[in-house]
Amino acid sequence: MIPPSFDYVAPKTLSEAVAALGQHENSKVLAGGQSLIPLMRFRLAGPTLLVDLNRVEGLSYIEEKDGWLGIGAMTRQSAIEHSQLVSEKYSLLADTVKVLSDPVVRNLGTVGGNIANADPVNDQPATMLAYGAEVVAVGPDGERIIPITSFYLDLYQSALARDEILTEVRVPASRPRSGGAYLKLERKVGDYATAAVAAQVELDADGNFASVGIGLTNVGLTALKATEAEDFLKGKAASDANLRQAAALAAEAAQPIADVRGSEEYKRSLVKTYTVRALRLAVQRAKGG
Amino acid sequence: MSKHHINVTINGKSHEADVEARLLLVHFLRENLNMTGTHIGCDTTSCGACTVQLNGKPVKSCAVLAVQADGMEVKTVEGLAQNGNLNLIQQAMHENHGLQCGYCTPGMMMTASAFLERNPHPTEDEIRHAISGNLCRCTGYMNIVKAVQYAADKMAEGG
Amino acid sequence: MAEVQGLGHSRKRVEDARFLRGQGNYIDDFKLPGMLHLDIVRSPYAHAKIKAIHTEKAMATPGVLAVIDGPTLQKYNVHNMPTLMSDTQMVLPIDTVKYQYQEVAAVLGTDRYTAADGVAAVEVDYEPLPVVVDPFKALEPGATKVRDDKESNHIWHWEWGDKEKTNQDFENAEVTVKENIYIPRIHVASIETCGCVAKWDATNTHLTLWMTTQAPHAIRTVVALITGHLGLSEERIRIISPDIGGGFGGKVPAYPGYVIAVAASIVTGAPVKWIENRTENLAADSFGRDYHITAELAGKKDGTLTSLRFKTIADHGYTDAAAQPSKFPAGMFHICTGSYDFKSAFVEVDGVYTNKPPGGIAYRCSFRVTEAVHAIERMTDVFAQKIGMDAAEIRMKNFIKPEQFPYKSALGWEYDSGDYPAALRKAMDMIGYENLRKEQAEKRERGEFMGIGISSFTEIVGAGPSKHFDILGLKMFGSCEIRVHPTGKAIARFGTKSQGQGHETTYAQIIAEELGIPAEHIKVEEGDTDTAPYGLGTYASRSTPVDGAAAAMASRKIRAKAKQIAAHLLEANEEDLEWETGRFFVKGSPDQGKTIQEIAFAAYTNHPQGMEGGLEAVNYYDPPNLTYPFGSYICVVDIDRGTGEVKIRRFVAVDDCGVRINPMIVEGQIHGGLTMGFAPAMMEEITYDENGNIHGSNFMDYLLPTAVESPKWELGETVTPSPHHPIGAKGVGESATVGAPAAIANAVVDALWHLGVRNIDIPLTPRKIWEVLHKHGATLEE
Repeated sequence: MIPPSFDYVAPKTLSEAVAALGQHENSKVLAGGQSLIPLMRFRLAGPTLLVDLNRVEGLSYIEEKDGWLGIGAMTRQSAIEHSQLVSEKYSLLADTVKVLSDPVVRNLGTVGGNIANADPVNDQPATMLAYGAEVVAVGPDGERIIPITSFYLDLYQSALARDEILTEVRVPASRPRSGGAYLKLERKVGDYATAAVAAQVELDADGNFASVGIGLTNVGLTALKATEAEDFLKGKAASDANLRQAAALAAEAAQPIADVRGSEEYKRSLVKTYTVRALRLAVQRAKGG
Repeated sequence: MSKHHINVTINGKSHEADVEARLLLVHFLRENLNMTGTHIGCDTTSCGACTVQLNGKPVKSCAVLAVQADGMEVKTVEGLAQNGNLNLIQQAMHENHGLQCGYCTPGMMMTASAFLERNPHPTEDEIRHAISGNLCRCTGYMNIVKAVQYAADKMAEGG
Repeated sequence: MAEVQGLGHSRKRVEDARFLRGQGNYIDDFKLPGMLHLDIVRSPYAHAKIKAIHTEKAMATPGVLAVIDGPTLQKYNVHNMPTLMSDTQMVLPIDTVKYQYQEVAAVLGTDRYTAADGVAAVEVDYEPLPVVVDPFKALEPGATKVRDDKESNHIWHWEWGDKEKTNQDFENAEVTVKENIYIPRIHVASIETCGCVAKWDATNTHLTLWMTTQAPHAIRTVVALITGHLGLSEERIRIISPDIGGGFGGKVPAYPGYVIAVAASIVTGAPVKWIENRTENLAADSFGRDYHITAELAGKKDGTLTSLRFKTIADHGYTDAAAQPSKFPAGMFHICTGSYDFKSAFVEVDGVYTNKPPGGIAYRCSFRVTEAVHAIERMTDVFAQKIGMDAAEIRMKNFIKPEQFPYKSALGWEYDSGDYPAALRKAMDMIGYENLRKEQAEKRERGEFMGIGISSFTEIVGAGPSKHFDILGLKMFGSCEIRVHPTGKAIARFGTKSQGQGHETTYAQIIAEELGIPAEHIKVEEGDTDTAPYGLGTYASRSTPVDGAAAAMASRKIRAKAKQIAAHLLEANEEDLEWETGRFFVKGSPDQGKTIQEIAFAAYTNHPQGMEGGLEAVNYYDPPNLTYPFGSYICVVDIDRGTGEVKIRRFVAVDDCGVRINPMIVEGQIHGGLTMGFAPAMMEEITYDENGNIHGSNFMDYLLPTAVESPKWELGETVTPSPHHPIGAKGVGESATVGAPAAIANAVVDALWHLGVRNIDIPLTPRKIWEVLHKHGATLEE
């Protein structure tokens, strides 16, 4: 399992990296490499130039400012996993990163890669959809913000131009009475989700839903946002009946494809089950439990 | 395609070489440097037999290019023993029959030793999670977990 | 003076020293000057004609030296080779491929990377042919033939037992049960794949083959037979099996890659290395299981089991390359009457060709014993549930009783010893069986699905007595050669080959027990055919029962000679001498004695006149019978009604393997075996679509459990020695893999029985369990 030959550059600045991508038609960014290098070993991907981002400074951080939690695109998954800030205040993200691949892969895998791949099997896209996150992209014409809801276009297709690089993902800063959860069916550690649900909720002073975000992993060509389920819950009590109804709506929003992991019906059912459970857990956490 | 000059510090010793960009770190270690303690077990970064420490963090060296390790510190199984004496994790594996065929063992120990540095008082479940990126077919994991717990206990005793 | 550390000591392992330091010598660690690399072009089609192989681009790739194809090998008549079941296997095809990922051509390059580039550059034109994947359809008249050199897709029919009496007993039975049980194809997937380094020495007409093999001598003989016409003969072939990163049966067969590497080395005169990658390993190497069993039991309403009738379709892939003793194409499948006293039984197995990789035996199963145990343990539960009897009760009622041993089963096996009720009772006590049944009833009321499954298996290992057992005609004896040095240390060599079982540690303990030489003074070697005595290798849990026995017998020969030397030294009669560990002494005068060390020294410096000097012995052990380890496993599961996930709450394993040489190592074998039983029960599976495309050719698709999924095994033991084995040991390497799947399957079916479920085939994946729940309206989506 040997990759074909390719050229390689490891620029020290972002603009050099952007320029390299622009100049070379068949180029790709090397971030964590934990998805890309195996693909190249199977000769399923054959970029002739790899632009290694690992030497560019300033792309790895986790910090709250200006009403956001900003995570640099090259931040390793393990850094997110061990971040006290994330485990205390961003439980949905904390849950997600724990079931993302395996602990050793997480030492190199980056949040930027997991988001930019636009691969429905990746876990963080649905989580970002539930958070209502946005991403920062840098290209030859400078920087722009892309809301995550506009980011996923199709299978392996994101809104990024070929010579744009994701530099940061921004999650709305944690607010009181909010909490989240990520539930994933993996047949073993390292498996992709048969289905997974990301839920992020904020409760009002009466304990009703002020806002809800629900993202679905691997039940469609892209990560999906269960908008109808979210809208249904807004303003409503966190009762079992409401959770179940929202779950039914989330299951309807899913577009699962039957494969070795399960039938369409099974995956839809998983979405329903996990939506109820994830919402319940999110509510519990929002209440300080 | 072009060759790249790299300088990698491995188990404290500096190694310079000119390598193709596509050369995997695991092959650089095994083929170029004849350090065959790190093993290859799969094609999909699933098994962890190739685990080494890169700047102190366990990584799967079959999914890392040698050029990425330029200027970095790599630690392999060959660097665990001190002055020919088995270190704590190695001793723990020996005392607790944590290996049978030995093939997954180097990678397992590189993961476990880094884990114990970060979490010196782990629960059994934390240990199992920490080594879940390293597959073993022989031991059923029971004695590997026991060995890691033993090493943690020894560390706590000051041993 | 060092401790003897004989039987029963949890001696720490000798092997660890090199493995812990990363100084193991696995096949891919070998580098020879001028060594070339072999990589293989493989077919994307399951069945196709090869129209043309275009090698120009490959040959133009820098570093590529040659592309080898079937017609090239045919010039030397090594394009085909015999299988261990006397069928024919292609090394490289002449014109047709028979399974996806079959070897089509081989590329020789100066290094691994260029060989891979060469493989990517070879272009092959194929003409796809109709594919046969369903063994039942393969047997229908008019089915596409997999083999042009055969009449049909039916390989062989094998049957055993009393058909008439069995049919009679079924006719007259009060209760009968019948289920179709499919045990899917799985793969050993040891963490090290297969490979070799072939070194042809033209000057001395000598071949050295370093190879991942569990049976080096058998391979040497087979290579000599295959290449005899090329001028190689057996004394000019040396097989060296170095450290092996897991075997489990997968490193018993001879794969095409080995033969091509040998041919390439002979042609080029350079050493040639071939190491398969994981995809090749999973997709093309020998598999295990793939048995479709129609299983029937007959008995009485009071729970007495009387008769058994099993009919099996065995999917062998495109050639029968299973590694069975030659008289038993279905291995020891007829151990399937299990631990129960059946009055009559009849089994039949039909082997079938399909467009899949060849094989059938590799996966820690003791020659089809896992299949047999799964069937009988599942059906015992089915019978119990039908008559409303508890699973433990029906087993206790039907167990062969301790006083019935040695016991001859209805299918002709003579079980050496056993105490089945004691093992089951112990397991039940350890797990708190009666309380669990109460809990299960309460939970069922609340709609919570909890299950308890038992597997009370009898294993059959130690193949085997020469009367019945051979592989390609080679009798399956074991061997041990011991030489004691003047300073009282020893070296012992065996015809087996450890792949992690710790022979360097445990064999020494057997000899230490017999001779009183400390185990740490005994060097154990295996795997080099130039030095080790001839043996049939390590698989099917045979090392302890067969070669371990040889170690004891060779030791006793040495002790007999030692006694003569002692008599000479003590100026006493042999009859007046007594032995205690490590020492002969004069009866009644215990101070007058000689240690084994003193005797050894005398063997070289002061031996009796007329006696040969030195102190050594060899024994080729022909076991009088197989050995029958056994056990009872109990598994408790909780089913998630929302996701279909099966959570194993507890698993108790009580094993009886007779005398335990090294308890620590025995437990390690059981732990590993349990996880290798759990894995096929829960997640491992290789499948093919209708075009013969494999699913399960990498570790994202073929699922091996991590430390997170693998349960926390609880072990217990009973000890019932084997009466015919010199040290009473039985062997244990595969017991847990054999016994565990049925315990888990029984637990899951038990959890769902009240819904009307009778059988669920492994693997018990979440999707499968959910579909069952859904079918019975029992899912709970929250």
